[in-house]
Amino acid sequence: MSTEFFLLMKSELSLTLIIFILLILKIWDGIKDNTTWLHLANVLLLLNFAFGFIFNTTGELFNGMYHTNGLIFLEKNILNLGTLIISLQAFDWLKTHKHVSEFYILLLTTLFGMFFMISSGNFLMFYLGLELASIPLAAVVNFDLDKIKSSEAAVKLILLSAFSSCIMLFGISLLYGTTGTLSFTELPQLITGGGLQIMSLIFVFAGFAFKISAVPFHFWTADVYEGAPVPVTAYLSVISKAAIAFVFISVLGTLFVNFQSMYYNILFLVIILTITVGNLFAIRQDNIKRFLAFSSIAQAGYILLGLSAGNTMGTTATIYFLLVYIFSNLGAFGVVGIVSAYTNKEKISDYKGFYKTNPFLSWIIAISLFSLAGVPPMAGFFGKMFLVTAGASRGNYILVIIASLNMIVSLYYYLRVVKAIFIDPNETPIEKVEGSFSAKLAIWVCMAGLILTGFASCIYNYINNLSL
Amino acid sequence: MTNLTLLIIVPLLTALAVLFSRNAAQVKWSSFIGSLVQLGLASSLMYEYVIARGLGLTSQMLFEQRYNWYSALNIQYYIGVDGISVVMIMLTSLVVVAGILISWGVQTLTKEFFFLVTLLSVGAYGFFISLDLFTMFFFLEVAVIPKYLLIGIWGSGKKEYSAMKLALMLMGGSVLVLIGLLATYFNTDIGNGVHTWDLMKIAHLHIPLQSQLFIFPFLFVGFGVFTALFPFHTWVPDGHSSAPTGVSMFLAGISMKLGGYGALRVAMYLMPEAAEQYSWIIVLLATIAIIYGAFATLMQKDLKYMNAYSSVSHCGFILLGIGMLTKTAIIGAVMQMVSHGLMTALFFGAIGMIYERTHTRQISELGGLLKTLPFLGTVYIIVGLCSLGLPGLSGFVAEMTVFVGSWQRPDAFHRIATILAAASIVVTAVYILRAAGKAMMGPIVNEHFQHLKDASWNEKIASILLIVAILAVGIAPFWLYNLIAPDAQLIMENFARGVTGG
Repeated sequence: MSTEFFLLMKSELSLTLIIFILLILKIWDGIKDNTTWLHLANVLLLLNFAFGFIFNTTGELFNGMYHTNGLIFLEKNILNLGTLIISLQAFDWLKTHKHVSEFYILLLTTLFGMFFMISSGNFLMFYLGLELASIPLAAVVNFDLDKIKSSEAAVKLILLSAFSSCIMLFGISLLYGTTGTLSFTELPQLITGGGLQIMSLIFVFAGFAFKISAVPFHFWTADVYEGAPVPVTAYLSVISKAAIAFVFISVLGTLFVNFQSMYYNILFLVIILTITVGNLFAIRQDNIKRFLAFSSIAQAGYILLGLSAGNTMGTTATIYFLLVYIFSNLGAFGVVGIVSAYTNKEKISDYKGFYKTNPFLSWIIAISLFSLAGVPPMAGFFGKMFLVTAGASRGNYILVIIASLNMIVSLYYYLRVVKAIFIDPNETPIEKVEGSFSAKLAIWVCMAGLILTGFASCIYNYINNLSL
Repeated sequence: MTNLTLLIIVPLLTALAVLFSRNAAQVKWSSFIGSLVQLGLASSLMYEYVIARGLGLTSQMLFEQRYNWYSALNIQYYIGVDGISVVMIMLTSLVVVAGILISWGVQTLTKEFFFLVTLLSVGAYGFFISLDLFTMFFFLEVAVIPKYLLIGIWGSGKKEYSAMKLALMLMGGSVLVLIGLLATYFNTDIGNGVHTWDLMKIAHLHIPLQSQLFIFPFLFVGFGVFTALFPFHTWVPDGHSSAPTGVSMFLAGISMKLGGYGALRVAMYLMPEAAEQYSWIIVLLATIAIIYGAFATLMQKDLKYMNAYSSVSHCGFILLGIGMLTKTAIIGAVMQMVSHGLMTALFFGAIGMIYERTHTRQISELGGLLKTLPFLGTVYIIVGLCSLGLPGLSGFVAEMTVFVGSWQRPDAFHRIATILAAASIVVTAVYILRAAGKAMMGPIVNEHFQHLKDASWNEKIASILLIVAILAVGIAPFWLYNLIAPDAQLIMENFARGVTGG
């Protein structure tokens, strides 16, 4: 045990520290006031985020079970940032909740699991992280304790998570059976072909696809998103998804090198299905959370498109897009969260005439949606452009054409919401809602990110240098 | 040296000023002053450009600026102008000033309106000065949101439908352009597997014919959607008719020209061999658009729909000029862009001003307006005459140049296309004169028309500004011609080099 150990695992350790601080304070039972709890958690998360920028090193631990480098630190810190924003946004919802500390403990545990997943150098470690990231999540989904929908969503999530984990585990076991190792560094040379290994690729991929909610493993998404409290939905759609995408980059891309073409063909199909189905279903939604759920399925398709490039450009574009996606999606969820916390309204038709009463929030949600649609000058434009560029780098224009044409469909449904907010007349629009300072701060952070990330090419170049 | 970036910064500052204005008057004045500064910039740019060319500066682009933006993808902020872009910038600034003046009466959500209009102009300026394909695409797409909201919120008639149709069809155009640009990008290997978005560099590379044949349709149709390429013109009538006056002026005057400019500067310039192979399709579609547009206009009863359909017809001349692939025809196409931009902006402006007073745009319900609204009536008639190609006004010189250029193609197919296109002018004359005769001359059909007030100061300035520009082009077309000709020559040279495989 040296300082190196502490530095390599600093992200995990600092999260553990926060979890323990919250746990001890809870047991001590000194803080009665929810607001204090929330501010404390936010400050801790802010420190955690700031800490993510310093002392970044490269190395591995536990005989290669755990490894990290500059890129992984960046990925973890992107997740930290997202969690911080969500935590700020959760203020309005949690300030009357009975179990604030438990919420944070559970949420941060899942984040902790994701960190291990990203850093894992071995399937064992990876699986441990995955389970750690999934099980507490179901508890958090159920955090609107008196809502039946919330419980239903949680049960759905945990059952389907278990199924997908089983499938993935089966794939891993096949891999172990044919190669005799689970180490990510040794596996690529040993995976050379053969039916069992192909099956394992498919099973492992299916497990991943479930977690990132790619079609045809997406059915859980809409119900869970609808049932979960808004900040948790935001967490599911942004953080969980980003974490899996990061693992995709480091694991699947390198593991099945010898199955390149097959892996690519599977991705090809899944991407087309994911983008198209996600978009088509999003058109028909009226619940804004379900709507964002389907739009996030389509976005997952674009993320996979970037991943399918399998080169530096693809890696950079994916990570960059995920950063932008955090800002865009959380911007939208921020507004939805405030409205839902104060008025309990979650339908798109409720948002008619929203601009009359809440011009500020209207612009925020419109800008976020435009960014999701990939319209300039928002950062989402750059994110999507780079993903499509990366996708085109392999010369597969069918994929590019389908992905690009889908942008028209997505523009249609994003505009539908914008239309409801700005254009449709309504006698009884949602009354003026005033979010807390925290929620507004989170929204401002998202807006700054949305507008600056695109123009500040240094961010892209920074990611690119790390992923070389 | 002129700093081209100012053309983006000034509108952005104007938009900020609008955003921080406290009341409607401040909003209007700040956007008006901003647009005047833009006009000043554009004029000084044109002046300096002419001087620089006079001094014998022969590089294709002048006033270039180049900064690395996304170096990993070789994306640059690379801007510069040639004669074609200079005249387009001039056109943009004129229409912006006029559009803002005519929108003076916007009552609801004034700040948002002027903010969005100013954003629209940022996109247009940026597009015309960009020489980097990525940056160009960025500016092309910037206008999507403002257009949708401007029509959807302040429009009239079936505005939601029109706004959505316009946004989706233009997005479709952009998406096709995007696919074309990506394919172009990955076909430009400038050593070590590095690709480039640099328009000038790509023009001097030789993209394999096979790739060109794949890319060209995407680029051309994509840009074509913006400029009402048949059969993707359907957004034009609905979009323009539902938009508020200032925005229709903007859409028809500038936004449609983005497409023509892009088709010329990107599709044709970069893919000369494919352009040669596909040119017959372009000519065919353009001719159909010209004739179909003209006859469709004949059927319209609403002044605004009339002008929207006639825009389809007139924009057909732009594409016809481009598709003919002769130097003169290309010059004609650019002149037609300028002429149509000025003319149609004024047309929409005049119709909007009339509608504001009479509250109807149906030709059958109008009559004798020249008696009660002498100024507006005259404007309408002048612009109508310009539209039907009366010598001395800009429409004549532009269309004439296109026809002369087209006639240089001696084979039967091109001759027939030229003849048909030229014949459409007769139809134009019919609908213009009929509308002008019914609505402007004749007896006053409605009591209420007796008490109409003629144009106010802002409307007068806007109209006079555009009329002066139309006359300047119409009476002295050579200055415009001389500005464009060298660059059309360069495009043709690139074209000749590509076709001969040199």
